[in-house]
Amino acid sequence: MLEIKNLHVEIDGKKILRGLDLSIGSGEVHAIMGPNGSGKSTLAYVLAGKDDYEVTGGDILFEGESILEMEPAERAAKGVFLAFQYPVEIPGVAGMTFLKAALNAQRKARGEAELTTPDFIRRVRQAADLLQMDQEMLRRPVNTGFSGGEKKRNEILQMALLEPKLCILDETDSGLDIDALRIVSEGVNALRSPARSTLVITHYQRLLNYIVPDKVHVMSAGRIVRTGGKELALELEARGYADYAADAA
Amino acid sequence: MSAEPRVLRTDAETALIAAYEGARDTLPGNAEVQGLRAEAFARFRASGLPHRRVEEWKYTDLRALLREVPPLAARLSEKDAAAALALAPDRLGGLERYRLILVDGHFMPGLSDLGPLLLEGVEVEGAGLLFASQSAGKVVMTLPDIARTDAAVSLNTALAGDGVAIVVRPGVQLSRPLEILHVSTGVEASAFTRDALIVGAGAALRVVEVHVGRDGVIGHANSLAYVDVGADARLDWSKLQAAGDRASHLGSLVATVGAGARFNHLTVTAGASLSRSQSFVTIAGEGAEINLNGATMIGGDQHADVTLVLNHAKPGSRSRVLFKNVADGSADGVFQGKIIVAQEAQKTDGKMMAKQLLLSDDAAFVSKPELEIYADDVQCGHGSTSGRIDEAMLFYFLSRGIPRPDAERLLLQAFLADAVEAIGDEEVGAALEGVIEDWLSRRAPAEKAQ
Ligand SMILES: Nc1ncnc2c1ncn2[C@@H]1O[C@H](COP(=O)(O)OP(=O)(O)O)[C@@H](O)[C@H]1O
Ligand SMILES: [Mg+2]
Repeated sequence: MLEIKNLHVEIDGKKILRGLDLSIGSGEVHAIMGPNGSGKSTLAYVLAGKDDYEVTGGDILFEGESILEMEPAERAAKGVFLAFQYPVEIPGVAGMTFLKAALNAQRKARGEAELTTPDFIRRVRQAADLLQMDQEMLRRPVNTGFSGGEKKRNEILQMALLEPKLCILDETDSGLDIDALRIVSEGVNALRSPARSTLVITHYQRLLNYIVPDKVHVMSAGRIVRTGGKELALELEARGYADYAADAA
Repeated sequence: MSAEPRVLRTDAETALIAAYEGARDTLPGNAEVQGLRAEAFARFRASGLPHRRVEEWKYTDLRALLREVPPLAARLSEKDAAAALALAPDRLGGLERYRLILVDGHFMPGLSDLGPLLLEGVEVEGAGLLFASQSAGKVVMTLPDIARTDAAVSLNTALAGDGVAIVVRPGVQLSRPLEILHVSTGVEASAFTRDALIVGAGAALRVVEVHVGRDGVIGHANSLAYVDVGADARLDWSKLQAAGDRASHLGSLVATVGAGARFNHLTVTAGASLSRSQSFVTIAGEGAEINLNGATMIGGDQHADVTLVLNHAKPGSRSRVLFKNVADGSADGVFQGKIIVAQEAQKTDGKMMAKQLLLSDDAAFVSKPELEIYADDVQCGHGSTSGRIDEAMLFYFLSRGIPRPDAERLLLQAFLADAVEAIGDEEVGAALEGVIEDWLSRRAPAEKAQ
């Protein structure tokens, strides 16, 4: 599904990713853990196509095809979805308008017909139910005035609605209380399928009790420095990132 | 340097002088009004068109920008006017309203909804009659000090040949919005109009002033609306400037607002190659509430100026000013807003905000909010921001698969609609949001292609 080869990324001339390799197969859930500043969000943004970043080396293959030259919207239509660490507030654009624009734009890009309004409403209701979100919130402007937890739920709601092939969750657990964490995790788990891969970026092991990964990677200074099974997360929880931070220097 | 009068005239100045001299003897009005016209024209003749060294016109240098002023438009027969009207686009779509029609600056009573308006307590007549009437003629031609000597206003006073005069009886609540439609037909001509609206105490109505014209036609319009809002009355006045793409438009609003009255004004600017919409609003009674809003959307090489002077002359009033402006292509925009708070006007609460988005490297927007406060117990503030479409917001849209043109359209729609929503009228608001949508969809035709 996703193959990242020797990826080098800079921002304003500052090297952030330094030869990152990562391969995620169909249906797999991988976790990336690592200290603050190790480049986790950078990786997430580069996958989604944010153009502040300069890819200076390596490649990203999605379903065997390089996506480096693709616009973010094109990547999204192909099935790449990023749940933002800091979801953006969009004053003045109603949630429903945003969701409809997104869903129909992706459908159009794939050569599918626009959804009828009842069909759209039904899908939104399903997604809202899954995340236990009041539909009233979706009539309000996107994320505007939402609490941290509400914003994160709204990200996963969008994910459920858009049904991507590759889900990238960037610190979706931060800002969630324990109940919200459970709801969001259940939402993510409900979307697990053999045709869908997930990359969970987190700072804490806690989330991985709910979303159990097939593999755990440790990232430090822009590289994957260690890969293991889900037990690696527990080890990190116990020992911290100190070993890897030293490694990075 | 010698102080001899400037004799070199621009083509536009020469044309304006010729227009006045040709029409002087036939312009409507009693002797007093003719005297006011002569006085106003003398002001113009002495100073010429305003230029960048005239403070109020610094950013809209008419001497340089106003190239052509075609001859005054003739009155069409009602039949020809009806045909021209049928060809004009209906920019308000399905809005149910009463209509007053002016074609090339001439009021067309036969095409207007005079009967139903009269039944609701609203009297309408041609401004020609108003200019001739004893007391009213002088009033609508004299105007308050903050407006009278302005260059565009002076030209209007000198040359206004027609318009609509509307009197709303006290207490009348008009059931539908009233559209004052200024249509310019395909001829290269100029129209000088003065409309007057007197809103009786406690009355309430909504007015939509619309200016439309054909693209590709060089036309000039100088319109002025004289508005008197009586005590405890409510007036929502929206102006849509959608003139043709080679037209020049100078529009003025001169409003006086009485005690306890509420006046909402909205200026939507989309048309004309050169335009200025200026409002002079005087709060003449205590406890009035004023909202002045606007949305400007320009592109290509348009120049559009919105200028406000809001004079809090009496205590205890509240004013809110919100302008949202976007400029694309190599367009130049201007927003000037001045709030004056007289010494007497204690407990004034005034806020002014202007926000600009520049959509291209060559577009520019000058924003100049100003406060001039002579009272000490007031709450006033102003702000202005200019920038680009927020990249983080854009990326959020893109990351969800919404292509850039659609993302920009949705963000700009939200940005501009804010100013339209501030008038708090869903029906008129929906019609004007339609105008915004239309502008935005024409701005980026690429994404429309299926
Ligand atoms: N827009 C930016 N400009 C400059 N430096 C940045 C920018 N974004 C991130 N960085 C830097 O890149 C490094 C990695 O950041 P980030 O990817 O956010 O890490 P993480 O998500 O692992 O905490 C940090 O040193 C951060 O300061
Ligand atoms: Mg991060």
